[in-house]
Amino acid sequence: MAITDMTAVQLAAAIKAGETTAVEAAEAVLAQIEKEDKKYNCYVTVDREGALAQAKSVQEQIETGTLTGPLAGVPVAVKDNLCTEGLLTTCSSKILYNFVPTYTAEAVKNLKQAGAVILGKTNMDEFAMGSTTETSAYGPTKNPRNPEYVPGGSSGGSAAAVAANECTYAIGSDTGGSIRQPASYCGVVGMKPTYGTVSRYGLIAYGSSLDQIGPLTKDVTDCATVLEALASHDEKDSTSIARDDTDFTSALTEDVAGLRIGIPNDYLGEGLDDEVKTAVLQAAGALEKKGAVVERFDLSLVDYAIPAYYTIAAAEASSNLERFDGIKYGYRAEEYAGLHNMYKKSRSEGFGEEVKRRIMLGSFVLSSGYYDAYYLKALKVKALIKKAFDEAFAKYDIILGPVAPTTAPKLGESLTDPIQMYLGDIYTIAVNLAGLPGISVPCGQDGKGLPIGLQMIGDCFQEKKLIRAAYTYEQEVGRHE
Amino acid sequence: MNKQYETVIGLEVHVELATKTKIFCGCSTAFGAQPNTQTCPVCTGMPGSLPVLNKQVLEYAIAVGLATNCNITRYAKFDRKNYFYPDNPQNYQISQLYLPICRNGGVEIETAEGGVKTVGIHEIHMEEDAGKLIHDEWEDCSLVDYNRSGVPLIEIVSEPDMRSAEEVIAYLEKLRLVIQYLGASDCKLQEGSMRADVNLSVREAGAKEFGTRTEMKNLNSFKAITRAIEGERDRQIDLIESGESVVQETRRWDDTKGESYAMRSKEDAQDYRYFPDPDLTPISVSEEMLAEIRAKQPEFRTEKMKRYKAEFDIPDYDIEIITGEKPLADLFEATVALGGQPKKVSNWLMGETLRLMKERETDASDLCFSPEHLAKLIGLTERKEINSSVAKEVFEVMFEKDIDPEIYVEEKGLKTVTDEGALKKTVEEVIAANPQSVEDYRNGKEKAIGFLVGQTMKAMKGKADPGAVNQMLKELL
Repeated sequence: MAITDMTAVQLAAAIKAGETTAVEAAEAVLAQIEKEDKKYNCYVTVDREGALAQAKSVQEQIETGTLTGPLAGVPVAVKDNLCTEGLLTTCSSKILYNFVPTYTAEAVKNLKQAGAVILGKTNMDEFAMGSTTETSAYGPTKNPRNPEYVPGGSSGGSAAAVAANECTYAIGSDTGGSIRQPASYCGVVGMKPTYGTVSRYGLIAYGSSLDQIGPLTKDVTDCATVLEALASHDEKDSTSIARDDTDFTSALTEDVAGLRIGIPNDYLGEGLDDEVKTAVLQAAGALEKKGAVVERFDLSLVDYAIPAYYTIAAAEASSNLERFDGIKYGYRAEEYAGLHNMYKKSRSEGFGEEVKRRIMLGSFVLSSGYYDAYYLKALKVKALIKKAFDEAFAKYDIILGPVAPTTAPKLGESLTDPIQMYLGDIYTIAVNLAGLPGISVPCGQDGKGLPIGLQMIGDCFQEKKLIRAAYTYEQEVGRHE
Repeated sequence: MNKQYETVIGLEVHVELATKTKIFCGCSTAFGAQPNTQTCPVCTGMPGSLPVLNKQVLEYAIAVGLATNCNITRYAKFDRKNYFYPDNPQNYQISQLYLPICRNGGVEIETAEGGVKTVGIHEIHMEEDAGKLIHDEWEDCSLVDYNRSGVPLIEIVSEPDMRSAEEVIAYLEKLRLVIQYLGASDCKLQEGSMRADVNLSVREAGAKEFGTRTEMKNLNSFKAITRAIEGERDRQIDLIESGESVVQETRRWDDTKGESYAMRSKEDAQDYRYFPDPDLTPISVSEEMLAEIRAKQPEFRTEKMKRYKAEFDIPDYDIEIITGEKPLADLFEATVALGGQPKKVSNWLMGETLRLMKERETDASDLCFSPEHLAKLIGLTERKEINSSVAKEVFEVMFEKDIDPEIYVEEKGLKTVTDEGALKKTVEEVIAANPQSVEDYRNGKEKAIGFLVGQTMKAMKGKADPGAVNQMLKELL
């Protein structure tokens, strides 16, 4: 098997067995990037030299036996909103066109400790705001399954890089579906863990109370393996949770007997593409055949998730993005008259349309006189959604449904109607509002040959149930691409 | 002016807490370091960095709240106050608006009439300090130092309960002492570790409604506060008397000119868009934590004064002064514990210490000499190993450099000469050299012996016991 076709676990095993080396692996993947990335634009920055240097050092550690883990020597692509010391980190925004962090995000550090070789930084929707990777200041990423279509977003570069074999696995961030939806559009596995499982230290925040880092991989085994490496309790992140159940690979067993799966009727209603619906119900059928108990139920409140999400995420973003002011780093307008004009011009020129739209929306919902009516109300809706999920998880182990209402839209179709684009997040965002884990697994293709994703949602800290079900499904039907 | 006016004052007091590290990161809070050397991604607002609360800040805030009779909020939160300014690296300040850590307290102050009144405390909240902007006029640019960014502050917001500058000073003194006694801050107005903004309005005596208030900033001493209050009171009364109205605004006091000018009016007031900081988890104050902090509360001034009165035979005035500065009280108690006689210790503090502090313009918190050394010095004088003028000389060196007085006296050869032969020889020489004084003395001029004592002391370079010299002279004459 070609190195670029291998999964992370396969590649690490091959390196460990001496069949190849970390350096050869890095070279093979870098060559694939060289060959393919002009077509897909998965990367904002490729760190060729850095990757080869890391690969060399990792190989030495593997040979001396100091690095033995299941990811040692495997090349990874990192979303460009995770800080990497000495390596350009732009959030796909003009305002950070020259920003080189002085420190590395905790999640990336954890991967490095596991022997990962960082290839570079992947393209994304600017500041993770968008569902297509078209809001990037560095051009859109194209879907490797069909380059006329978007890869989804905001972690579109990461998902596309995995799909195009331009990395062996990737990491992304998920605020309202930003890992699961592009994974679905590109036909790869993506997972957002329980809020607090992966440290956010070094993740350039979009919506702090919703953001979580997670893996995008070729299969479920890699997904569990990478998440196990990413998860840690970090004292530098106050929202990080100390968990003693992050041995996610222990859940890679083919066993769903008696697992209670609920499909919300709300997730199969109006707006859902028939082909997507058919594929998702077939996947449910496959799990039922393996012994799971599948039922339909009413989750309720789903319609309120979108307005609540866009209120909370935009409010937090409007504050989180204030630090990008042209003073300390990043883009500064060339001509300005005085301090406030400099702020105004730098930010007007440095941010893209979608980011500015959300900053304005967020500033509005926090402004005096509107705070109670919008922001506080959204927080109440968030609490009610959590309650609805709590009730559902009293009955079910897993909630199953589609990731997105349709397969990937064509490039250029989404940005003209932001509301329509926001509505595409309907099945993913409630998961972030409730802090739950969710996984996206490929479950077929539509008539155009575009991948369809199956979403499974678990209660807080129940990643293992999701991994078990996803693994069983994958074993049952084989890997979809 | 025919009408009688009443001044209504409320204070917002910022206190810099004496933690070793900043409120949300591990950087040092030490003052005076090279610019931007005590910084990290968190306190410079780098993308992706996250705040983590320094627990000591919470403990100090609760301790101050308990000492000022506040209710401690059991479920508190931090909020972001959003505004753009270069000294504020994130362009939001982490503060508390909706659920501050302490509420509804108050302290008692003595009024000018000798009575006691309570000044209410509306709330105490925790927040981070901003960096410092330095404007380089020469280069025509501004530089920013983030060493101060993230230094912990508490803001104590009083009710509008004060009616005069005297009451304001009494209230501030009370706060200063409570906080100093807790060790939560040194509370120096001049250095900015305690900052007071004065909210002031006037109304006709007997009126029910408050007048329009102004907020006065940049008050760096008690004197400046007093002058600013009097100035602002007069300014507002003049406006009202001349038929104009007071504008709600923030004003800046210029103490050298003795006047204030408007900084911004209410109309320009920014909307800070406060909301709970999602990066910090809510604070739950447990019963155990409260009990622990309560148990650690020190003896405050009032109790200390009572105890001194009962335990030590020193004048009330001394007690008043010594307990008025925590470092003095600490020195006093530690020196007494080392065996110093209370009255002697008190004399050193009330006399030479205060004199030198005044002369050098230093604060009690700057005192560097240790109680061990003061006790040793007192021991030396008690054993008559040095005389009082030598002791004062030694003390002055101790005050500056905290030298060990025993070693110093030994090294410099300052010990009183106790060798009778040597003393007798010198006295004989002095008698021989001053026949006039000798005759005066013998003729009944008692005073003349003083001159002879002085001459002997001089000849012995001050290292004699004046009493012994006097004795010897009388014997030989």
